[in-house]
Amino acid sequence: MGGHLNINHLMFLGQGALWTIGLSVIALIGGGIVGFVIALARISPLKSVRLASATYVQLVQGTPLLVILFLGYFGLAAIGLKVSPLTAASASLTLYVAAYLGEIWRGCIQSVPKPQWEAAEGLALSRTQRMSKVILPQAIRIATPPTVGFMVQIIKNTSLASVVGFVELMRSGQIVNNSLFEPFAIYAIIAVTYFAMCYPLSLFSQRLERRMGRGRSNLAPA
Amino acid sequence: MSLQLDFPAVLERWPSFLAGAVLTLELAAFATVLGALLGTLAAVGRGTHNALIAGASKAYVETIRNTPLLVQIFLVYFGLASLGLKFSAFAVAVAALTINVGAYTAEIMRAGFEAIPRGQIEAAEGLALSRLQIYWHIILLPAVEKVYPALTSQFVLLMLASSVCSQISAEELTAVANYIQSDTYRAFETYIIVAVLYVILSLVMRAGFWGLGLVLFPRRRRLGTPL
Repeated sequence: MGGHLNINHLMFLGQGALWTIGLSVIALIGGGIVGFVIALARISPLKSVRLASATYVQLVQGTPLLVILFLGYFGLAAIGLKVSPLTAASASLTLYVAAYLGEIWRGCIQSVPKPQWEAAEGLALSRTQRMSKVILPQAIRIATPPTVGFMVQIIKNTSLASVVGFVELMRSGQIVNNSLFEPFAIYAIIAVTYFAMCYPLSLFSQRLERRMGRGRSNLAPA
Repeated sequence: MSLQLDFPAVLERWPSFLAGAVLTLELAAFATVLGALLGTLAAVGRGTHNALIAGASKAYVETIRNTPLLVQIFLVYFGLASLGLKFSAFAVAVAALTINVGAYTAEIMRAGFEAIPRGQIEAAEGLALSRLQIYWHIILLPAVEKVYPALTSQFVLLMLASSVCSQISAEELTAVANYIQSDTYRAFETYIIVAVLYVILSLVMRAGFWGLGLVLFPRRRRLGTPL
């Protein structure tokens, strides 16, 4: 046996935790950008664009993230790109997050009350103006609680990047465990760390949701 | 280097893929049934006036929903082992998935319970229905009917999430893929095939739940049910 858990192990786990946060941020930003395009494409006036984006969402939402990660890792290698685990994990998570955020945001855009769309059209705003000046500012308000909630999913899902060898919190836990072989204690520490990252976000999302609910009932027209 | 795909070399392993897909469905089926029971119990527990039971239910739901499934699986796997209990990888996988999906089911069911109008329960009490009858006919069945779409998409997500069980060597679809790709060196082709199989499995499950919904809840049929 390899001795006891000491400060060096904890430092190593801490470093892994920082990479978990880093990868989550990359996935959120990358997935947010692509997801925004997906959300707009899903409500495009062009049928082919709608169909293509809907197919993308269906395919990604019908495939486990684990398989998408393997596809990214081996797929990028198969087309001759030499990829680091970080690149593969970032690319796969971006594609994965984009499909879910795109679908969440499409719902938020479409839930902006119909009269707002009509009023914008009645004021002779162009399609772009209507989106950027009338619909999106309201949609962002509606989208905030579910997006914060989804960030919890992103953090949890980065744990799967451990399978392509990216050393985030989960993988650093496995490495520490390989030298100490105290799996239960180590994975319990890992679980507590994930909980400490996710729970505040969950609470924040719930609070936002409650506040939104209040604001909305005051504003409801009829 | 250009991309060269050789699907026949991988596809000739179709019996393994099929066995893996069947095991994935079995895992999902066991965990769905057991998780639905556990989740309903937790949702009922959360609504009781007993602070201890309500607190325990809340702690269970929040702990599970804020930690990754992969960590939960390892904790169950090594936790049972350190207690000296030996189970098959399949049993451990079912246990971990059940605990996981139970927490999500509990949240969905709680929303369903909260959507039951108070007056309906009072009316049932006025008609002198027993507590058990009220729970079953007035609360549970209508709640399930209301949240049925959310429940079923959670169960499809569970089927996809069961891929994580490959990490404790339960021989489901992803584990089969890992084995085949290390045997054939055709990783990209293998995972494309597996991705397609998962998409098919999820479409089959959704169609199945949709059909089941039509049979179980005739009222929903009149309201119109999106697939």
